[in-house]
Amino acid sequence: MIKKNIATNEFGFIFNPSTGDSFSSNPIAAGIIGMMKEGHSLSEIKKELLDKYDADKLTVEKDMDDFMNLLKENNLLNN
Amino acid sequence: MELNKKLVVIAVTGLNAIDSPGPGVAVIRAIRDGIGQPFRIIGLAYESLEPGIYMDGICDRTYQISYPAAGAEVLFNNIRRIHEKEQLDVIIPNFDAELYNFITIAPRLKALGINTFLPSLEMFDARDKLNLYAFGQKHGLLVPKDKVIYSVNELLPTGDEFGWPIVVKGKFYEAEVAYTLEQSQKAFYKISAKWGLPIIVQQFIKGTEVNIAALGDGEGNTISIIPMRKMYITDKGKAWAGITLEDEAMTDLAKKFVSATKWRGGFEVEIMKTANDDLYIMEINPRFPAWIYLSAGAGQNQPAALVRMAMGEKIEPYTHYDSGKLFIRYSWDMIVDVSRFQQFSAFGSL
Repeated sequence: MIKKNIATNEFGFIFNPSTGDSFSSNPIAAGIIGMMKEGHSLSEIKKELLDKYDADKLTVEKDMDDFMNLLKENNLLNN
Repeated sequence: MELNKKLVVIAVTGLNAIDSPGPGVAVIRAIRDGIGQPFRIIGLAYESLEPGIYMDGICDRTYQISYPAAGAEVLFNNIRRIHEKEQLDVIIPNFDAELYNFITIAPRLKALGINTFLPSLEMFDARDKLNLYAFGQKHGLLVPKDKVIYSVNELLPTGDEFGWPIVVKGKFYEAEVAYTLEQSQKAFYKISAKWGLPIIVQQFIKGTEVNIAALGDGEGNTISIIPMRKMYITDKGKAWAGITLEDEAMTDLAKKFVSATKWRGGFEVEIMKTANDDLYIMEINPRFPAWIYLSAGAGQNQPAALVRMAMGEKIEPYTHYDSGKLFIRYSWDMIVDVSRFQQFSAFGSL
């Protein structure tokens, strides 16, 4: 899951204090990261996305996989 | 311990706030943020056009001193002359090239009542570029392979041994990455013409440039550590912007260095962080870096702490700083009347 020390704000700004990297995210991504920081599991986050947005399960699964890969590539997840 | 609230007179060198800046102006800004007692800042400048001489709110008075090449005796006489007028309490030298002289005369300065907070010559030499690889080997620190060379003919075999590209470095300042023999020859001539021989050839390490500014108490304790990542690098390799990091491996490295050397004073570690998170020490500078004001901005005012330690105060190690604090350098044209320039050029003080 997401590293504990990652800082975010309500505008979707993400800061990794270990590397100094910063990122801008859209509101959906910021919401997902916010839920991760609150300790929600991936399945809980996917369920929340399905409830909130007009998208089928397969699309949510695929998009979440892509997003998690993106977080991993940018060194934002725990090993 | 509460310091006496008497006026502390602090002399600082390195007022050349240019594109490859000396740390003096940043050191003075940090001290002016507060050392807990009244103070007066005396600038020590080598050149008439060092911006710190003329900047408002930096030096209360500045004196010209002789270049380090003139030797320790000339420096001592310069300082004694200034001391007679200003009653100096502390001197903070900020250039690599002048440190040898200052360390040499430190006991005589102390006898005059002038405090310094400098490493010993042994510590100073241990981290010298010429000895850094051996130092790393001895203390279990990662340092790229290097070779000290005196002739341009040594570039090809050294490059072939280390693998290209290589880094060609001056003994005091400047470094260039050379991808070909021709580039390395050009760098050799350019850097040796400016800083003399030898030249140091270093193995190239790919990664992210990160730096540490730290302060050791001379007894093996690290008083402050601020890790920073360069965000904008000039063509001279200087950080024009940077951000404080939260990185335990970097703070551990600084502590290991201080513990091994019992370093006394400020220093900067230049590090290349590889994709595997290995921390290669590229250089250890025996003084504060030009970006040292960031330490004050992040909550650990290293120059102010150094002044207090130089005055004999015992300082507890800092335990917290803010990560995510940026410095962004800028340039600014001052308008200075020629009479001030004449005053400094002709009489050696302003």
